[in-house]
Amino acid sequence: MDFPGGKVAFTPEMSFISESPEERAHCYRVLDEDGQPLAHSSFIQVSKEVAVRMYTEMVTLQTMDNIFYEAQRQGRISFYVTSIGEEAINIASAAALRFDDLVFPQYREPGVLLWRGFTLQEFANQCFGNRDDYGKGRQMPIHYGSNKLNYFTVSSTIATQIPHAVGAAYSLKMDKKDACVVTYFGDGGTSEGDFHAAINFAAVREAPVIFICRNNGWAISTPTSDQFRSDGIVVRGQAYGVRSIRVDGNDALAMYSSVQAARVMAIGEQRPILIEALTYRAGHHSTSDDSTKYRPANEIEWWRTARDPVSRLRKWIESNGWWSEEAESELRSNVRKQLLHAIQVAEKVEKPPISDLFTDVYDVPPSNLREQEMVLRETIKRYPQEYPGDVPV
Amino acid sequence: MATTAARRFGRRLVPSVSRRRFSSSAAGDALQRTQNHPSLNLCSAINQALHIALDTDPRSYVFGEDVSFGGVFRCTLGLADQFGKARVFNTPLCEQGIVGFGIGLAAMGNRAVAEIQFADYIFPAFDQIVNEAAKFRYRSGNQFNCGGLTIRAPYGAVGHGGHYHSQSPEAFFCHVPGIKVVIPRSPSQAKGLLLSCIRDPNPIVFFEPKWLYRLAVEEVPEHDYMLPLSEAEVIREGVDITLVGWGAQLSIMEEACLDAEKDGISCELIDLKTLLPWDKETVEASVRKTGRLLISHEAPVTGGFGAEISASIVERCFLRLEAPVARICGLDTPFPLVFEPFYLPTKNKILDAIKSTVNY
Repeated sequence: MDFPGGKVAFTPEMSFISESPEERAHCYRVLDEDGQPLAHSSFIQVSKEVAVRMYTEMVTLQTMDNIFYEAQRQGRISFYVTSIGEEAINIASAAALRFDDLVFPQYREPGVLLWRGFTLQEFANQCFGNRDDYGKGRQMPIHYGSNKLNYFTVSSTIATQIPHAVGAAYSLKMDKKDACVVTYFGDGGTSEGDFHAAINFAAVREAPVIFICRNNGWAISTPTSDQFRSDGIVVRGQAYGVRSIRVDGNDALAMYSSVQAARVMAIGEQRPILIEALTYRAGHHSTSDDSTKYRPANEIEWWRTARDPVSRLRKWIESNGWWSEEAESELRSNVRKQLLHAIQVAEKVEKPPISDLFTDVYDVPPSNLREQEMVLRETIKRYPQEYPGDVPV
Repeated sequence: MATTAARRFGRRLVPSVSRRRFSSSAAGDALQRTQNHPSLNLCSAINQALHIALDTDPRSYVFGEDVSFGGVFRCTLGLADQFGKARVFNTPLCEQGIVGFGIGLAAMGNRAVAEIQFADYIFPAFDQIVNEAAKFRYRSGNQFNCGGLTIRAPYGAVGHGGHYHSQSPEAFFCHVPGIKVVIPRSPSQAKGLLLSCIRDPNPIVFFEPKWLYRLAVEEVPEHDYMLPLSEAEVIREGVDITLVGWGAQLSIMEEACLDAEKDGISCELIDLKTLLPWDKETVEASVRKTGRLLISHEAPVTGGFGAEISASIVERCFLRLEAPVARICGLDTPFPLVFEPFYLPTKNKILDAIKSTVNY
């Protein structure tokens, strides 16, 4: 009888499996750094319509990031997180998914929401926490969520969404839906216990979930050399019995192809897939961070310019005759106008009413909360000047 | 001692004698005392509740370590056979995964009944419970919720459990807005409360008193019934002092009440049942009647849930109180093995406190 786990070949030779492979796992890419297709590259053809849409959304994301970042610097919003350098991961992965696929984000994936139709006004409303914020002003900026777009609400906690994604995928599996779940996280997130828990559960339950790791080299100030000693994240797939691939995250076509292929496998074979997208966090961790304190300014600048995923895709669509300088300046100027307008509007909308402090803790407020609301309202009546005037009572 | 008390207590079948007699008429009906019901122990009652839950909602699931063969306490016996291994299954040994996975399932509108093998092992899942499950609805502006999640765990002293098979961690969870905490005292209560928890649209932690799994036996109606959450129950009426407790501790408290009666002290005993959100009104009404309060729980006294009850009642009933609120609880130590009989809030300690409170 075999040991538990099945048949295994025995050997008299004692040898240890090396801690690192002879060669690092290869990284799939379609376009070279100049946006030209590599010879022999296998990729899913992208139509002009999809390619141009991907590009415009990447520009929109990039512009939104720049303008909202400035808005925080001006004190108009309290906090912001950019996705600079990760536009291809955001948009191309979203483009490869279907609307019914559920998204469990970390917090650096607003591009997925953007692709699905979240408007600039809706983004602004959440950042200002106004009455039109679907989150009812309860969380910090960039903690977006949209049930109608199948995008689960962002929470600041790292990697906690990953096991949720697996449970949701199991639900899709049991309901026999033609859909999968996609969850995103960074290199830092893969050190959390929830990552290991989730990927192991996904393998055992054979859940149709795609794990997309944005390996951007940094967890705030912590470089990947302080995060793990494995060959990145892709090698962990096999450790858990999960099929995996390493992809150039700054190559929109490679992202698009690999996510689409992963989706077919996840749903068709009812299994999890791990994608490690290599990239670089070209912006600071957040508006509370100054990354020049722990990495060279010229390194950041180089990634922002020479390795910008947005201009790389632009080169490809231009070489196909699908884009022009006119289209570029028109797009950027339009998006900029829309964003400034959205901010102006959002800034003037009042905040959610004080009653929203107490609702949704439970489905129905229990007696202790009803009592606390009464007491608070009396306190506000006695000391109105102590409380912000833009929160309606 | 505990055995006979539990049996005697159990067979009284929980008369619904409470201030809420009429609003709990549903509860009274639910327990249908007019006909004979089969006698079940606590784990069989829970097993029955799980059967009914799985039977009545095809999108419900039971999972956790070792649940497939029936579970280490046999609460899940027969479920995998009847409902299949896709709905009743073993998970890897990972509490944070069990709860995180359960949240995802529940977020899709399923009823996810997650088992944590011992309450002592719930802590790896604490982040998922506190930061995720409890805040899932609120943080999303009610766009999403994981109300279908129920986490079950055996808790409490078992006679020989030591540090890691005896803990009562309820106080940690009572401090978390967004979840509910429910603890049944008997088989018939457990069945009805568990079904309510599973069907309640909020994530709930359900602690099962493991000492009573086999020891507590009573008649349990076979049909599908639910008992209300956040409604405490006066299970023994009295006029001199109010005692509040939950779970297995109630049978110990009841013994003390019986002994106190011999000394002419009339004790009113309340089963809180739901610790979060808890029924202050019923406890307050009782203390207005008696003027004295004693709370008892196995968990260590410092920071235990008794402190919350005491503070709230003092706020509400200060001028009515004839004596300080007494707390007879576990000591502030890890749960010891050979010292268990000294650690626990036993009948003699409770009886002494009843007398000193009444004689204050």
